[in-house]
Amino acid sequence: MPEVVVKDVSKSYGVVKALVNVSLKITDGEYVSIVGPSGCGKTTLIKTIAGIVKPDTGDVIIDGKTVNRLPIEERNTGYVFQEIALFPHMTSYDNVSYGLMVKGENPMEREGPVEEMFYMMGLAEYASLYPKEMSGGARQKIAISRALISGSTFLLLDEPLGALDLKVRTSLRYELRSLVKDLGLTAIHVTHDQEEALSISDRIIIMRAGTVVESGEPMELYMNPQTLFAAEFLGEANFLSGTISKMGSNLIEVKIGDSLLHVHLKNRITMAEGDRCILAIRPEFVELSLKSTSENSLKCVVETSTFAGDHFRYGLKVSNGVELLTKSIAKGEILGFDVGEEVYANLPHDKLLVFNYPSEGLEKAISLE
Amino acid sequence: MPSISAIGLTKRFGSIKAIDDISFDVKNGEYTCILGSTGSGKTTLLRLISGIIQPTEGDIEFQGRRMNEVPAEERNAVYVPQTYALFPHLTVLENVSYGPLSKNYSHAEAEESAMRVLRMVKLDHRADSYPNELSGGMQQRVALARGLASGSKTLLLDEPLGALDARLRLELRGELRKLAKESELTVIHVTHDQEEAMAIGDRILVLRYGKLQQYSTPFHVYNRPRNLFVANFVGNTNFLEGIVEKRDLFGSVIRLREGLRVKVADVSFETNESIVVALREEKLMISPEPYPAESENRLSGEVIETHFLGEWVRYSVRLVNGDVISSRVPVGSSLELRNGSWASLSFEPVNTYVYESPAIGLQSELEVY
Repeated sequence: MPEVVVKDVSKSYGVVKALVNVSLKITDGEYVSIVGPSGCGKTTLIKTIAGIVKPDTGDVIIDGKTVNRLPIEERNTGYVFQEIALFPHMTSYDNVSYGLMVKGENPMEREGPVEEMFYMMGLAEYASLYPKEMSGGARQKIAISRALISGSTFLLLDEPLGALDLKVRTSLRYELRSLVKDLGLTAIHVTHDQEEALSISDRIIIMRAGTVVESGEPMELYMNPQTLFAAEFLGEANFLSGTISKMGSNLIEVKIGDSLLHVHLKNRITMAEGDRCILAIRPEFVELSLKSTSENSLKCVVETSTFAGDHFRYGLKVSNGVELLTKSIAKGEILGFDVGEEVYANLPHDKLLVFNYPSEGLEKAISLE
Repeated sequence: MPSISAIGLTKRFGSIKAIDDISFDVKNGEYTCILGSTGSGKTTLLRLISGIIQPTEGDIEFQGRRMNEVPAEERNAVYVPQTYALFPHLTVLENVSYGPLSKNYSHAEAEESAMRVLRMVKLDHRADSYPNELSGGMQQRVALARGLASGSKTLLLDEPLGALDARLRLELRGELRKLAKESELTVIHVTHDQEEAMAIGDRILVLRYGKLQQYSTPFHVYNRPRNLFVANFVGNTNFLEGIVEKRDLFGSVIRLREGLRVKVADVSFETNESIVVALREEKLMISPEPYPAESENRLSGEVIETHFLGEWVRYSVRLVNGDVISSRVPVGSSLELRNGSWASLSFEPVNTYVYESPAIGLQSELEVY
C-alpha cells in the first residue's frame, strides 16, 4: 500500500529554485491537497513524485523504496492532468484500455477490467463516445479511469478540475474524494481552488517559493493557522499590527493605534509585554452592528459596500485609521449598511489570532512570491 | 443615450445558433458583465460587439450609430482577447505605452499612464521585462494594462482575470472596477465566475445556449432570478418539486412529495399547478433535532454529508420524503450536527422563488451546458 516520503528534495531550473529542501510524508489512504500561489513549486513537486521531473538532490520514497531511478511507468502511479489529455481519435473505451496496454497487457485478452471500470465510474453509457462528444466533466472522469485501470493505487492529480465550469467542478470534487476513499487509494491533488482543497482533503499542504509553509487538517488550518502566510493565503484575513500591552494567562491585551483589543490565546506564544505583534482576523468573523457590543468593538465608517450574493463585503475605516474588510451574511431581513454610515465592528476575542511581528515585515511575510 | 446597443443580434455558425436574438443596452460609464458557462456564447457576443465577427442578423450601435459596416479598428473600442497577444520584442512598458504613443501622446505622458496601470496590475516592478520572461498570469495582466492604458473609453474584456491565481484575481477585480469608475470607462467584461460578475458589474447579463436569460443588477439577479437556470447558475440553491395546494392573499401552500407541505410568499400560480420551489442554501436555517417533526416550513431529516468550505459549513439532509437539500451556515457557528444526526430545517416564505415546472424535466432545465 502506498506511503510516500519526499526527503530533502530540491530542483532548480537555471536560476529559478522550484523546490528547496522539501520534505513531506503522505500516509496510506490519505487524500492530500497541495495549494500555493502560481510558481510556488506545487506542480514541480507532484511531477517529481510521479517521475516526470528528476530532482537535483533528495529522494522520493514510495513504500519504503527509493524510486529516484525508476521511470514513470514503473512507479505504479496514476497521473491526471488539467488539460484533459485523451486521444481524440479513440472512443472512451479505447482511451481507457490504452492505460492497460501501457502496462504491457493486451486488453483484447481480458475485457473484464475495462468494463468494470466504466461501470464503477458510472460511465457505461459513454463507452462508445469520442472525447469531443462528451462534456468536460465526463472527459475528465474518463481520464481518471485511464489512470486507475492500470491498477495503481496512488493517484497524482494535477489541477484535475481546473478546466471545468464551477457547477461541474463542485459536484465532481465530491465524486473524486468518494472514489479515492471507496477504493482505498492514496491521492495527492494540486489545486489553486482553496474551497476545493478545504472541502475534500484530509490534509492540506501550503507551499510558497519552493518550500512547504504549513500543513494540517482543513478546519484546523483555516481556523488556527500557525503562520501569517497560511492565514493570508487560505481564505482572507485582516492584519492589524500593534503592541502587547498586557499579558494574562489566556487573555492578552493588544494596543492597535489608540484602541485596546483583548485576545483569547489558543496556543502558547513566546511574547512579552511591549513586544510588537500582528493580530489577524478573518473578514467573516467581524461582527457589524449599530451599537458597541463589547470591549473589542471599534467605531468605523463604511467606505465600500459590495453585494456578493450570499454575503455583503464591506470595506471599513476604523477611527484610528486602520482598514478592515468584513463579510456579512445577506439575510433576508437585513438590508445591509450604506457607504458613509457609522458602524461598530466587533472583533470577537476568540476569533483573533496573534502572531509574532515578522522580522522581514508584514508585507514580505504574506507576499505571494 | 446608451453607449452600446445590441438589437436582435443573431449569429449562426453553420446550423448552430451561437447567439440567438439578443437585445441589450450598455449605458455610458456602465460596467456590464456577461456571465455564462463554457459554450454559452459569451465570447461570440463580445466579438460581435468588437466587430471581429459579423452578425447573421441584427444590429450593433455605438452612441446610437449603426456599427455593422464599421471595421473593428474604427469602432473606438478596445478588445482584450483571452489569449494575450503581446509584442514579444517589446518590453512590458513598451507594450503598455504603445497605445497612448500611437494616439500621439508625448513620450512622458504615455509612460506615465502606462506606469499607472502597471501599478494597478502590480507589475510596475517588471516594466523592463520581456513577455517571454513572464508567467501566463503576468502576461494577461500586461494585456489588461495595455487595454486600460489605450485611452479608449470603451473596453471589451474577455476573461481578463481568468489566468490569475484566486487571491490575485480577488484583489484585481476590485482595482479594475475602481479604475473603470474613476476613468469613466464603459466596460463589457466576459466571465464564467459568478462571484466576479457580482463583485464587479453594475449589471450582469446571464447567457445560456446563446440566449439572454436575465440582464439586471447583481442584487436582482441574485434575489430575483428570472428563471430556474439563473436561480441555479448564480448562487447555491436547492430545488423542490411540488404542486400548489391552495393559495390566499399572502402566499401559497405547496405540497411536496410524500405529502410534505411548505409555504411560499409567491401567489402567481394556480391551485394544482406543478411548480418548483427554489431555496438558497444560506437562507435555510438548520438546527439539531432529536426526533422527526414536521410543521409549516420546518422540514426534518438525516444529515448525510457535512462539508467544510472555509467560510461556510454545508450540511446535506435527506428529508423524510427522500429529497436531499443542503443548508450552509457560517463557520464557527457551533452546531451539534454530524452525519447521521437528525436536523430540522426552516425558512421564511419570502425567501423562496417559485417557478413553473419545466416541460423537459427539472434536471435538464438546470443543466449548465
